Amino acid sequence: MTTTATNPIRAGAIRIRVALIGCNHRTAPVELRERIAFSSQQALQAADELRDRGILEEAVVISTCNRSELYGVPGDLAPSAAEAMEEYFTSFHRIPRGELEGRFYRWTGPDAVRHLFRVAAGLDSMLLGEAEILGQLRTAYNQALDHGATGPVLNRIFQGALEVGKRVRSETEVGARPMSVALAGVKLAERVFGNLKGHSALILGAGAVAEQVVEHMRNRGIGNLRVINRSFDRAAELAQRVGGEAVAWESLQSVLGTPDILVTSVSATGHVLTREMLERAIAARSGRPVFVVDLGVPRNVADNASGLYNLYLYNIDDLGEIVEQNKKARESEIPRAEAIIAEHIDKFEAWRGALEAGSIVNDLRDQFHKHRELIIREKLKDMADVSPQERDRIAHITEELIERLLEEPQEKLRHGRGMRGRLAGLEAIRHLFGLDEGKK
Amino acid sequence: MTTHLLGVLSLALYLASFFFYARNLYVPSLWIGRLASLLLAAGIAAQYWELYQRSLALHTVPYDDLYGSMSLFAWLLGLTYLGLEVFHRQRAVGAFVTLLLVCWIVLLDVLMPHSLPAPSVPRGPMFAFHVTLNTWAYAAFALSFVLSVIYLVQDRLLRSRRLGVPFWRFPALDVLDRMARSSVYVGLVALGFGVAMGLAWEHRLSGGYSLGDPKVIITVAIVGVYVAYLLLSRNASWRGARAALLCSFNFLMVLFSYTFVNLYFTRFHRFL
Repeated sequence: MTTTATNPIRAGAIRIRVALIGCNHRTAPVELRERIAFSSQQALQAADELRDRGILEEAVVISTCNRSELYGVPGDLAPSAAEAMEEYFTSFHRIPRGELEGRFYRWTGPDAVRHLFRVAAGLDSMLLGEAEILGQLRTAYNQALDHGATGPVLNRIFQGALEVGKRVRSETEVGARPMSVALAGVKLAERVFGNLKGHSALILGAGAVAEQVVEHMRNRGIGNLRVINRSFDRAAELAQRVGGEAVAWESLQSVLGTPDILVTSVSATGHVLTREMLERAIAARSGRPVFVVDLGVPRNVADNASGLYNLYLYNIDDLGEIVEQNKKARESEIPRAEAIIAEHIDKFEAWRGALEAGSIVNDLRDQFHKHRELIIREKLKDMADVSPQERDRIAHITEELIERLLEEPQEKLRHGRGMRGRLAGLEAIRHLFGLDEGKK
Repeated sequence: MTTHLLGVLSLALYLASFFFYARNLYVPSLWIGRLASLLLAAGIAAQYWELYQRSLALHTVPYDDLYGSMSLFAWLLGLTYLGLEVFHRQRAVGAFVTLLLVCWIVLLDVLMPHSLPAPSVPRGPMFAFHVTLNTWAYAAFALSFVLSVIYLVQDRLLRSRRLGVPFWRFPALDVLDRMARSSVYVGLVALGFGVAMGLAWEHRLSGGYSLGDPKVIITVAIVGVYVAYLLLSRNASWRGARAALLCSFNFLMVLFSYTFVNLYFTRFHRFL
């Protein structure tokens, strides 16, 4: 059954609560994460059931290879929403609770919002700053939105999260530099040739990392791709897989002069490419630069070739070192990303505070009016000499008094800064004036 | 007064443009990049207006003195860069060019007198084209110098494997190489037409040519070294960093021509 999320903003007293429970790569091994993953269909089904059972009013399920998380706005009937969400989570996947003991994290309020914003920014990812998570979040949210499982609160939070993710990637270096050896090799080639479209590459050998390099080059639209291997069959197999052309090993020297990029990952004890071979290749290219990625261990390219003019040679250690530099650079950007997150949490809290403040003043007004009517009725009962006109006047004056008393706090609460600190004050006001008692 | 205010306005716009280009270099953003280009274009427009006002006040070309000539140089440098930026769709160099413009204009304001020189005899449009085109050529060569220096830095970083933030932001070597060569082409074409205009103007004036003038000699030498650069940059053993180094050295000759030769050696090309 599909239900539409209720709107807590239009309900009487506004109490915006957010809850999150989940497991990620830090709290659960991959074998467990596989078992608690949700397909798109299951995510929507879970959102429906959580709302039908009154556990949540709004719900979004995020499920990727590294995390499964339930975000929701708890309903009034669910005082311990996180507990109920966890219960539902385990029963949905038919996993004994004991097996997930200590694997879940639970966050509520601003902490839940902060967690989502950190996820969107890639700060909670296994690979710091990875970009895919933002797309996965967008897809999960859009599906929940189209399904009617979200409401004003989760819409606000998820839209904020998507904005945070976008800003962190455009305003910081958190996701900017390559973090894998294969991507680092391709990015470096781009620093030499610019756009790889119209350029050519030759792959020597068929190692796993070389294949990743080829994949990245293909994604960047490399013009021409050739594969050469001692075993022609393996070369043909890889060439077919990557949409390239296989070349016989005997033609190595003759084809060396064509490609702009050479990727070698040959298992050989000696050097496969000597300085002389590369020198001849560059000469055959009229001196145009050659970018060589040597992924072989032991190295496939002779050491002394690195001094050749217009030859840019990177071996696996060089690339590893660059990845390490990039990792440190990404980590150094975390404070800037956190600052963006804090800014958006403040925005969310201000929005939440303004709504809650508006509602608290209305509740106070209702309560004051109730007391006013009671007092007037009681006191005027014994004053027979008061004319109806005077009674009306007293009623009018007391009404005005209430409005005046509430005017200033209302303004301060609605437009005041530092709303996050004031929210605690709002709770105190509710408690002091017993605003929740009647509703309970 | 208006001229001075326009000068201040163009400086402010160049400074703002530098700020946004630098920001875009550090944190790339399409809109910040566009804003930087827009501010540069506005700075160029303001400086054009300043040169125009100066021209009206002098009743002749606005660059009849060293101040005017250097101001025109800055204006043409900005204009040439903006053209290359649009042509090559590459903004990463903007921060360096605008910084150069800002420093150049501040230096001009500090070193040069603000008072207008005494009006000189009007020398006709051919002379105006001659000076403008030659200054444009120098501006284009200055730009090729900036691009070549960035090429050399980028090449050094690639070889040293110590890749900082700028490395990932600078244009690729291939793009820098193409931009530098485009700039040199612009410079050579402008210089060719500029020299031709100058010779024609002189012939009309005196019926002869001052081919032995140091300025003419060094200009021919400049054409020679830049043509050599264009040829060698396609040659197997020069292509790349060596060509960029040659382009940087060539600019030293331009500087020498623009300063020492103009000020101390030539008889016809003094701006003081």
